[in-house]
Amino acid sequence: MTGDPRARAEGPLLLGVRHHGPGSARAVRAALEACTPSAVLIEGPPEADAIVRLAAEKDMRPPVALLAHAADDPGRAGFWPLAGFSPEWAAIQWALANEVPVRFIDLPAANSLAMSAKQTPAGAPAPAALPDPAGSPTPAGPSTPPAPLDPVGPLDPVDPGDQAAPGGAGSAERLRVDPLSVLAEVAGYDDPERWWEDVIEHRGTGGAEAFAAVAEAMEALRAEYGHGGHEDDAVREAHMRLRLREARREFGDEVAVVCGAWHVPALGERTTATADRKLLKGLPKVKAEISWVPWTHRRLARHSGYGAGITSPGWYDHLFHAPDRPVERWLTKVAGLLRDEDFAVSSAHVIEAVRLAETLAAMRGRPLAGLAETLDAVRAVMCEGSDVPMALVWDRLVVGDVLGEVPESAPAAPLQRDLTRTQRSLRLKPEALERELELDLRKETDAGRSRLLHRLRLLGVDWGSPAVSRGSTGTFRETWRLRWEPELSVRVAEAGVWGTTVLSAATAKAETEARSAKGLAEVTELAERCLLGALSGALPVVMRSLADRAALDADVGHLAQALPALVRSVRYGDVRGTDTAALGEVAVGLAERILVGLPPACVGLDADGAAEMRGHMEAVHRAIGLLSETETEPGTGTERGTGPETGAQPEPEAGTGREPETGAEAELGTEPETETRSEPETETRPEPETWPAAETRPRIHTRTAGAGAAGAGAADGLRGRWAAMLRSLAGRDGTPATPGLIRGRAARLLLDDARLAEDEAARLMGLALSPGTEPPEAASWIEGFIGGGAGGGMLLVHDERLLGLVDRWLISVPAEAFTDVLPLLRRTFSAYDTGVRRTLGELVRRGPAAEGHSGGQGAPAAPGFGPGLDAHRAAAVVPTVRLLLGLDPAPYGNDTMEAAR
Amino acid sequence: MTVTVPGTEFTDTSAAAGPTEAAGAAEALRPHAEDTFADELSALAAADDRPRPARWRLSPWAVATYLLGGTLPDGTVITPKYVGPRRIVEVAVTTLATDRALLLLGVPGTAKTWVSEHLAAAVSGDSTLLVQGTAGTPEEAIRYGWNYAQLLAHGPSRDALVPSPVMRAMTDGMTARVEELTRIPADVQDTLITILSEKTLPIPELGEEAQAVRGFNLIATANDRDRGVNELSSALRRRFNTVVLPLPATPEDEVDIVSRRVAQIGRSLELPELPEGVEEIRRVVTVFRELREGVTGDGRTKLKSPSGTLSTAEAISVVTGGLALAAHFGDGVLRAGDVAAGILGAVVRDPAADRVIWQEYLETVVRERDGWKDFYRSCREVTA
Repeated sequence: MTGDPRARAEGPLLLGVRHHGPGSARAVRAALEACTPSAVLIEGPPEADAIVRLAAEKDMRPPVALLAHAADDPGRAGFWPLAGFSPEWAAIQWALANEVPVRFIDLPAANSLAMSAKQTPAGAPAPAALPDPAGSPTPAGPSTPPAPLDPVGPLDPVDPGDQAAPGGAGSAERLRVDPLSVLAEVAGYDDPERWWEDVIEHRGTGGAEAFAAVAEAMEALRAEYGHGGHEDDAVREAHMRLRLREARREFGDEVAVVCGAWHVPALGERTTATADRKLLKGLPKVKAEISWVPWTHRRLARHSGYGAGITSPGWYDHLFHAPDRPVERWLTKVAGLLRDEDFAVSSAHVIEAVRLAETLAAMRGRPLAGLAETLDAVRAVMCEGSDVPMALVWDRLVVGDVLGEVPESAPAAPLQRDLTRTQRSLRLKPEALERELELDLRKETDAGRSRLLHRLRLLGVDWGSPAVSRGSTGTFRETWRLRWEPELSVRVAEAGVWGTTVLSAATAKAETEARSAKGLAEVTELAERCLLGALSGALPVVMRSLADRAALDADVGHLAQALPALVRSVRYGDVRGTDTAALGEVAVGLAERILVGLPPACVGLDADGAAEMRGHMEAVHRAIGLLSETETEPGTGTERGTGPETGAQPEPEAGTGREPETGAEAELGTEPETETRSEPETETRPEPETWPAAETRPRIHTRTAGAGAAGAGAADGLRGRWAAMLRSLAGRDGTPATPGLIRGRAARLLLDDARLAEDEAARLMGLALSPGTEPPEAASWIEGFIGGGAGGGMLLVHDERLLGLVDRWLISVPAEAFTDVLPLLRRTFSAYDTGVRRTLGELVRRGPAAEGHSGGQGAPAAPGFGPGLDAHRAAAVVPTVRLLLGLDPAPYGNDTMEAAR
Repeated sequence: MTVTVPGTEFTDTSAAAGPTEAAGAAEALRPHAEDTFADELSALAAADDRPRPARWRLSPWAVATYLLGGTLPDGTVITPKYVGPRRIVEVAVTTLATDRALLLLGVPGTAKTWVSEHLAAAVSGDSTLLVQGTAGTPEEAIRYGWNYAQLLAHGPSRDALVPSPVMRAMTDGMTARVEELTRIPADVQDTLITILSEKTLPIPELGEEAQAVRGFNLIATANDRDRGVNELSSALRRRFNTVVLPLPATPEDEVDIVSRRVAQIGRSLELPELPEGVEEIRRVVTVFRELREGVTGDGRTKLKSPSGTLSTAEAISVVTGGLALAAHFGDGVLRAGDVAAGILGAVVRDPAADRVIWQEYLETVVRERDGWKDFYRSCREVTA
């Protein structure tokens, strides 16, 4: 042991620092200038020796990080972030400026990456290279194994828990000693970081005695607690000692070592080189690559999830760079920010804040006002006690928006390597020539390609752009237009800040976007894109953000816009085999909110508002139907649809996988088989007349067990409640309250779902069209009930009673009101197909029942209309039908056959 | 000498009043803080060796200890007067040590008045220099009035002048208190500007002024959520350091506060002892907290917040009301049905917007919660 201070004074200069401590950085700079050592040794991976000179280049701007990753698996990586106020950075800068050699002395990344892989065999890509860092209680301490400089966990956010406590899972039981908090407790502080700040950081340039004092304290602690639960430190320190010996042989005794204070006693220890070598023997090893990557202050901040270990990089940066009067300068900076944001902050405020901060510091017994005091003062004096501007101050100044830069000559980023590797394995070459790519998502390779392209798009690398599929509308096909432009390489490099693999980068970016998204629709779209790119890691964050925004959005319209896309996503997920249980849950929650919010939102709308709300109502109706279908067993498909077009409803199919044809077959089942089969493009066949409910017909029945289990009951009940809500809407009568358009539409949607008896529908229509109702209101009810495409027309064709009601009402409209009503009616009826219009016209032309006339066809006349068919004209069709059915075409003569054609 | 200002009566605490005051304190329904905790204050003063600002009875550190509680070297236990973040108390005390006035902001029931009373008691040993702010508070309550008999008999003189508590605090170097500052009409509020910035109160009638001596400061309390308050002018606002007193930090704290207060109120209203209704109190507190904070207790679902304040004080009145209902019309046990109507009344202040928020909360949060079926049903009943 080296209790003797003289021994140290003669040997290498050991500078124990607190990583990312501005006070330490100043002290290191001062110490180096005073001693001018022959070489500087720094705690960090030795692989970085080769690229350290880049740190002196003009284009290099901190914060940056040394990034080491396994050559064959870029997802396994470790980071050593360096900010402008890091002591290590100060040492590097001093050494490069004075042309003193720099050596990194920590365990090589090749070993640490391999060791971490061994520790997490499950293959969560490499947390920290050595157990511990970011998750430890006081990561910025000198003695908790130097968090910031240690690899800080992967830039692979697939499992955020990894970053929260890398290695924590494995070592939770181990005795953990946090020596810094022990020291702080002895000094009577409850917060170890504050203690360190008071004792070291705020003391200006502490000089040599500060280093000696820290070393002594650490020595005492290590004597008491041993390795303090950091078992791997022994190996790391053995390596540091070996490197130190090498350096002393090469450069003489006048070398300086900058390392975490915790390691200082170990470096002073007298051990034999043989013993150290023995410790290092047989360590696992991988081929590692190292590079500089840009870093951000936000990522240095502990709460961002990357956990380099300090909460207030902006404050530290300020402390390091402020030439004097740090508190005054800091508060002036805060005032400037608040002024820019239009808060009235005067110089008087700054003066008062400085005084309050200093008085607070005095009262708390601190040598200098720290971050806590200045922020308390800012809150009380400048922000009038409000947290809103405080959040701004925290975000912009305390953390800060600084982005580092790395010169172009830095080695290629791992993201590019990962992309190249993926491209090779998916046999998808980047070509400058534009070409179209058809993907069949049922095939593994194609699905992989689709995922890659979607992920790249999320990262802003628009290599492929989705094109409209030719011929097919199936969800299992995708068409892309591919073109690799040279600047895409630059984009890939830029995207490197997000992660080391395409997957992790896309996930990280999606998460960030989800957090910062403004509107609900934005997040919904993001959720869709996450599913397309199979970014299941990002989904929890996206879902969370989606649920939050849905909860806070008071506009039912926004919610209604978001729901369909979300439900679509649930179905996409089905096709791609993603687990969408969580998504389904969020969708159900969203639907619940719409359910509660819709009725009051339908009150007092003008014509445009009502039309918009009708659109929302229809979209939500479809979405809820689809949601219940996805979440319940397909058998429920039969419970609705006793409407006129039952034929378009799917029959439940027993366990057919992803066969699209089965769906088509079911819907075409009434046609002769031969006809169908001879068609070359079954799927592209125009679908039989659809109307809203029919669109919800699932093309593909995939039963995802997970999604089915989650809240199947909830979704089913949801549908019932939705129907009840529609019923109450349809039954409202106060004319000023709910527009006729909405009420009519509600009635229609219920009728289509067979949740409203036809008698009841007729009653509602009678009510709406009774003489007591203003004609325009009645006309808008009609538009709601039978408007919107062909379906409404068919309804009238089939239910002549309803047609009769309309007819009678129309006749009773007084002449002066007729001109008001006409545009509405025209809009309603002109949307019908020509055929439907014609049929309706014919029905109406037959007019009110004439007493004497009898068709003799046996068809009872609809109330209000003359009896049924024109027998002669009807007969003309019969031969063709017989022909189609393959029956004997004889009964009528050839002439009628001719006519039929 | 007894001076009456609107809303409050206070007793002069100059030396002569000693014995009678002590007797009065024993009889008083609610003794002043400096009387109730006289022992603790004197123990603190004895143990306190830190520098004290002029005319302070204790050092800032000791004042903070008095409010937050602790144990003195001689073993005296100081009870905590305020349970909340240490930071807040420290900023408040430090503000009083500078020459800026202190403004305590917060929703009703966050112990603003309580804190201001104890601060004044600890700093100046006197918490009675109080102006109660109301919509009818006149300028005289802040500056000075006249004894008209004297004025008519002898003309304007210092003898005919009736100083306000604020003026007395200025001349004696004490801590004055203004309660509910934002209830005071704006023109009257602005009277404080000169006092706080120039530290002087001109008396034009006499051609004199009353200058504040060292040790004078002012604590104001104000409610930042209530409607119909008079916003402070920015000129006045600049004279204050603002400290916002937060609502109870944890559900446990709040349940504790509510049940304790309910028990006290129940006794004074002669309601039956609080039965096994703690579970119901917990639910009320949970509902209030969740809606107030806009997020569910497990932090997983965000919620819209209704327009009401939903303070702890309101939770107390909901539970008290429910208790009365249970005692007089129910079976004596506090049940969901007894509090449901009260909650609805507290939550739905704006019939349109708040009702939607409340229903949304019921449907998305309460309905799914285990063991809340009866509560959900009762709420549905009263809501529909």
